[in-house]
Amino acid sequence: MKKTLSLLATTSLISAGSAAFAVDLEVTHWWTSGGEAAAVAEFARLFNENTEHTWVDGAIAGAGGTARPIMIGRITGGDPMGGTQFNHGRQAEELVEAGLMLDLTDLAEEEGWRDIVNPPSLLDSCTLDGRIYCVPINIHSWQWLWLSHHAYEEAGVDVPTNWDEFVAAAPALEEAGKIPLAMGGQPWQQNGAFGVMAIALAGIEAWEAVNVDQNAEVAAGPEFARVFEAAAEARALSARSNVQDWNQATNMLITGQAGGQIMGDWAQGEFQVAGLVAGEDYSCLPGLGVNEIISTGGDAFYFPKVNNAETEAAQLELASLMLSQEAQVAFNLKKGSLPVRGDVDLEAANDCMKRGLEILASGNILPDANQTLSPDTQGQIEDMMTEFWSDQNYTAEEAQRLYAEIIARAD
Amino acid sequence: MSRARRGTAPVRPPIRLFRNLSSKIAAIPMVLVGLGVFVGGTIWTVVYSFTDSRLLPRLQFVGFEQYERLWSTRRWLVSIENLAIYGIVSLVFTMCLGFLLAALLDRKIRFEDTFRTIFLYPFALSFIVTGLVWQWLLNPDFGIQSVVRSMGFPNFNFDPLYNSDLVLIGLLIAGLWQGTGLIMVIMLAGLRSIDEDIWKATRVDGIPVWKTYIIVIIPMMKPVFVTALVLVTSGIVKLYDLVVAMTSGGPGISSEVPAKYVYDTLFTRQNLGQGFAASTMMLVTVAIILIPWAYMQFREKRQ
Repeated sequence: MKKTLSLLATTSLISAGSAAFAVDLEVTHWWTSGGEAAAVAEFARLFNENTEHTWVDGAIAGAGGTARPIMIGRITGGDPMGGTQFNHGRQAEELVEAGLMLDLTDLAEEEGWRDIVNPPSLLDSCTLDGRIYCVPINIHSWQWLWLSHHAYEEAGVDVPTNWDEFVAAAPALEEAGKIPLAMGGQPWQQNGAFGVMAIALAGIEAWEAVNVDQNAEVAAGPEFARVFEAAAEARALSARSNVQDWNQATNMLITGQAGGQIMGDWAQGEFQVAGLVAGEDYSCLPGLGVNEIISTGGDAFYFPKVNNAETEAAQLELASLMLSQEAQVAFNLKKGSLPVRGDVDLEAANDCMKRGLEILASGNILPDANQTLSPDTQGQIEDMMTEFWSDQNYTAEEAQRLYAEIIARAD
Repeated sequence: MSRARRGTAPVRPPIRLFRNLSSKIAAIPMVLVGLGVFVGGTIWTVVYSFTDSRLLPRLQFVGFEQYERLWSTRRWLVSIENLAIYGIVSLVFTMCLGFLLAALLDRKIRFEDTFRTIFLYPFALSFIVTGLVWQWLLNPDFGIQSVVRSMGFPNFNFDPLYNSDLVLIGLLIAGLWQGTGLIMVIMLAGLRSIDEDIWKATRVDGIPVWKTYIIVIIPMMKPVFVTALVLVTSGIVKLYDLVVAMTSGGPGISSEVPAKYVYDTLFTRQNLGQGFAASTMMLVTVAIILIPWAYMQFREKRQ
């Protein structure tokens, strides 16, 4: 394997220009919002410039929930693409077990991925039985409360610095005709916001007990009771936000219609595209300003097996390129996410990204729920959460009881 | 034949199996495909609904576990309830409105062709397009509500898609707008097939027009009604795309439907066993409705 690889690498070097092994590599992903598309275009540019292969963009619109079934269908149906995005964790677990994914272990050992990928848990999520099957490319954390300075100025109150201040400032915003908390109506957003509140308000230990050890007693306990109460409060604050997609909700902050939004750091890409400056036009509170922790979920690229040596060589070249310093910087600056290697220079990073990097360096990190719970369990929690968030009469106690039941059944 | 008459060989009735042999041979591929794809696929689904298959199918039987979980899942129960409400209301309204429109068109009005085209036109759109159009129309910030408000009624409220109690009404409006035209055309064809002499006879007898429709015309149109009924019901059971385009099941889970539960569990939740259990239940529901109907039709024909 190693031999073939180096052989192929040399031959491709020799034949560079003659394009003998040029492959059109189709890469599927669900990055279609403004900031996301700009970020993935960086990968395409670097791939086209640095190799003789061609990046064929296979963007699938409609977020991960729509895109993943299409990707999985193509892989299991015998029409694999050259490479595809998944989130870190258990989404592609069974595809790997079924032997449908290219083993990247040799490349990873050669380039020393173990040493450069930080935090190492990202690579662990790509590993099954000691073999590596995916390239982590970025770190996305959910734990951010975004605040629109514009909205707070118009309402005549100071921009809050933590969750309690945020709740306290809400009446002033409402008086000014603004929506305190923008929230898209999709289940994953509501569930994600709950997860953020859980880490911030219940604390790391309780969160880990529930999400990692699946301890239903803690889920039914007093720490989480507080989270559900806070979530009910947040629900009232977001009652009038009639949007579905997360970027529409972020747009409410950009235009000053809403005060805040609990959303992952990908929201930052939208602020950037709109030309807003962190610290001046908007600010960010990691861990709701209460508990400065970030979870290290994110995106990874998998390369389905294709039984074609030339395509395989191109896949390995892309895998290697995605982890290179140049690509990591170019991609993550546009995406608003953090790089997966600590040895890159992010001078151009804005305030919010720098705060994220600091937290990352200090080691206040948690795995993402995608890494610890199966899509099935996640789905059940989402069903429950979306009902809770959209029905003002749904009590916090009832929601907590159902939540504990799902955790008890989790696998 | 002549040999038989002479009695040199016993008369053998032709074996039934070989009657129309060539057409039977010609039908074999279709029968095989039918058996393989429909029956085989159905059996496969039912068998795997008793396993704990996740992303990929595997034969690890767990008994009725998937069904127990299914019937204790709130989202599934809400889906069933929604489908029942949507189904009954949409059935009644499409049939009534369709017939009413057809009867009005049948009164030899002017511009009949134009009206027929207008009413049938929505049917040319897919449910996805219909859903998207109505999603915008019912959007409180851009649609009907904002238009009425800007005309000087600032307190006018009409946002069914953002209200769990009214969301089914929003779906019904779009569904009826799309589907009524087709039923109207079918009914119109039925009305046209009724002999002019019947109308003349009832006129001679002095029966009012509305009464003629109810006691004479509608009973005569029974086959047309049955066709329309089957078309409408099958459309209701597979209701999916309209919901996806308009509400994606929201707000909360208040507009979820069974087909969407099946899709979500099969593909996004990567739980084949659970999805198969749900689709088997959908099949059972359809069978409960269809078998008595098919039985009745069959018996009528035999008589």
